[in-house]
Amino acid sequence: MASQPKIDRKDDAEAFRLEVRQFIADTFPEELKNRSAGAGLDPTAETPAQKIWREAVGARGWGTPTWPREYGGGGLNRKQAGIINEDLAKAGAYNPIAGMGVMMFGPTLLEYGSEKQKQEHIPPICRGEIRWCQGYSEPNAGSDLANLQTTAEDKGDHYLVNGQKTWTSGGQWADKCFAIVRTDRSDKHKGISFMLIDMDTPGIEVRPINMISGTSPFCETFFTDVKVPKENLVGEEGQGWTIGKRLLQHERTNLSGGGGRASAGLADIAKKYGEVDADGRLADPVMRNRIANFEIRWNSFLLTARRAVEESKALGGVSEISSALKKLGTTLGQERAELAIQIMGLQGLGWEGDEFSAAELGGVRAWLYGKATTIYGGSTEIQNNIIAKRVLGMLDHQ
Amino acid sequence: MAILNEEQEMLRDMAREWTTNESPVTEFRKVRSRGEPEAFSRDAYATMAEMGWAGVVIPEDQGGSDFGYLSAGLVVEELGKTLTASPMVMNTVAASAIMFGGSDEQKARWLPQLASGEAIATLAIDEGANHNPARIEASVSGGKLTGTKAFVPEAHGANLFVVAAKDGLYLVEKGDGVSLTTRKLTDQRSHADVTFDGAPADRLANGGDSLLNDVLDRARILTAAEMLGMAQAVFDTTLGYLKQRVQFNQVLASFQALQHRMANLFADLAQMRSAVEAGLQAVDSGFGIARAATIAKAEANRVLHIMSNEGIQLHGGIGMTDEYDIGLYFKRARVLENAFGSSGYLEDRFATLGGY
Repeated sequence: MASQPKIDRKDDAEAFRLEVRQFIADTFPEELKNRSAGAGLDPTAETPAQKIWREAVGARGWGTPTWPREYGGGGLNRKQAGIINEDLAKAGAYNPIAGMGVMMFGPTLLEYGSEKQKQEHIPPICRGEIRWCQGYSEPNAGSDLANLQTTAEDKGDHYLVNGQKTWTSGGQWADKCFAIVRTDRSDKHKGISFMLIDMDTPGIEVRPINMISGTSPFCETFFTDVKVPKENLVGEEGQGWTIGKRLLQHERTNLSGGGGRASAGLADIAKKYGEVDADGRLADPVMRNRIANFEIRWNSFLLTARRAVEESKALGGVSEISSALKKLGTTLGQERAELAIQIMGLQGLGWEGDEFSAAELGGVRAWLYGKATTIYGGSTEIQNNIIAKRVLGMLDHQ
Repeated sequence: MAILNEEQEMLRDMAREWTTNESPVTEFRKVRSRGEPEAFSRDAYATMAEMGWAGVVIPEDQGGSDFGYLSAGLVVEELGKTLTASPMVMNTVAASAIMFGGSDEQKARWLPQLASGEAIATLAIDEGANHNPARIEASVSGGKLTGTKAFVPEAHGANLFVVAAKDGLYLVEKGDGVSLTTRKLTDQRSHADVTFDGAPADRLANGGDSLLNDVLDRARILTAAEMLGMAQAVFDTTLGYLKQRVQFNQVLASFQALQHRMANLFADLAQMRSAVEAGLQAVDSGFGIARAATIAKAEANRVLHIMSNEGIQLHGGIGMTDEYDIGLYFKRARVLENAFGSSGYLEDRFATLGGY
């Protein structure tokens, strides 16, 4: 049970909330209100208003509220971070400091990076100035990630990197790449190292991949005799698998809510596209039950995500149910997108044209792109392996 | 697992210790072979009442311990794990009906007895084989209740029925004008059709128009807690079996086809626990109970159904034998899936609560 908050601490929280509200009122551009996000991965798409907002939040470190103040974070506690989130949402605002640097790389570097690396790389992430991409998957290293073949050869004062990465999210717009590469061929896992590569280094070529959704959020990235300074190695040589896996834990936590989530409730969509009876109920009883059936399971997923946070806090470690969140959240997200399409019929399958609303077209692209969510970040099958082996102790053939 | 306070942790540990040592599934088998229609052990229930469980939600000034529904759920979950046969769920919910709807006199008369275990109460709501509280024909005239209630749980052990009539809930004591026809179901617990033929009925006049639904929501949540214990037990038993059963010179747990099925069940069970605990907590907080109860029971239905099916399949032939416990959970599961709302009923209710 929650302990009784002391009066003065409660006052502190209220004072902080007022400060956050004042900051939003003073700096958040009106034209961005209720727009769900910033410019995305493409820096050229950033509007002047979005830039103002990003710089204002970045200067305070409030986009990365719990990161240490000394590296440009907010230096706040979880409760204060929660207040920022709540009040941004209430004001129809958003956190403009996003991307892989915030979600995955930053927390990992704070844990494993040298002091010099943290000083150099964390502050620009907090200010939203530098875009990071992830050099993990390769054509022959997908679910079997440790099979990666991109090599980094020791050349004295630098490494020489050769090979190919794929599914590099936002690779065409990224300034830097955190990559896992092979420094030793004799050991599958211990031969892997974690290093940081400037994307403007000669020898790097990036080719966007066109996806079924008609967008190109992922790239193929080719490395030919790319020189990487020795100081860009994170941790020790051979420690890359350990560091790389830690980063994936951050990734999974962040991905569990993904996947074609419609902003409007399914029942609202059904009321708009279908018929409603005299009592205001959906006239199609089968669809009505299917929507309720889905929403019940979606709600129990949200309750599970909340319970995972509460348990992890109480345990001072990661709750074992966290391992189920990625596959549950992504699978349900896909199911929601499919249901929305079925409710709308062919009007929900538009590819382009003015006869479709922006929401309809956006829904189609989100549904298509959402199919990736159960594949990336450790596919559902890999999640099942992790649950079976690490949580349930079901070991492979001996 | 919800975050518990010290009192709740002690209660849960006590319940776990007692069910493990004093009321394992072999005790239910003894009850079953005795073949008495009331289908529970009076001695065991007396012990449970002494430990404060019969009155776990009843106020202290009425002889209860007033621990609330999360605490009740912790105990009931443990009872579900070992299939302990007792009227605790029904007695708790019926006591809630009196707490909300009863006059001071009715409370003073019944609650202390229900808390001490001297008396046992149950709900008599449905009049058909499916839960449908909107279709009630029983009626009261001149203080006499007439009608027939179907498949009333714990009917044989109860002295007191909380009966739904057209115009509200009534207390009816077992006695003149009350007759039982035993309906032995697959779980071999106590069920009976109860006919009230001008039985003296005492109206629960407080609690307002929502009294029936308020009581049913608590029944849904506490039943879901019993189902949670059952699902957890089936999961644990099945996992343990897969880890020791050897075929093709390998333990079954090492086969990926089975690993992934257990991973799915693990995720389902996580969802069920979240939904049930949120339901229990909603009752204690008094906020959003109807919706939380609907989610809790619907998820309990869904997951226990899958879990009990998979439990038998993953055990193979041994799971089909009466000697092995898994089949007992399977049969009880289907009865509770029907109790206070099948999945279809609950989906309809969820949609209605959501305004669609």
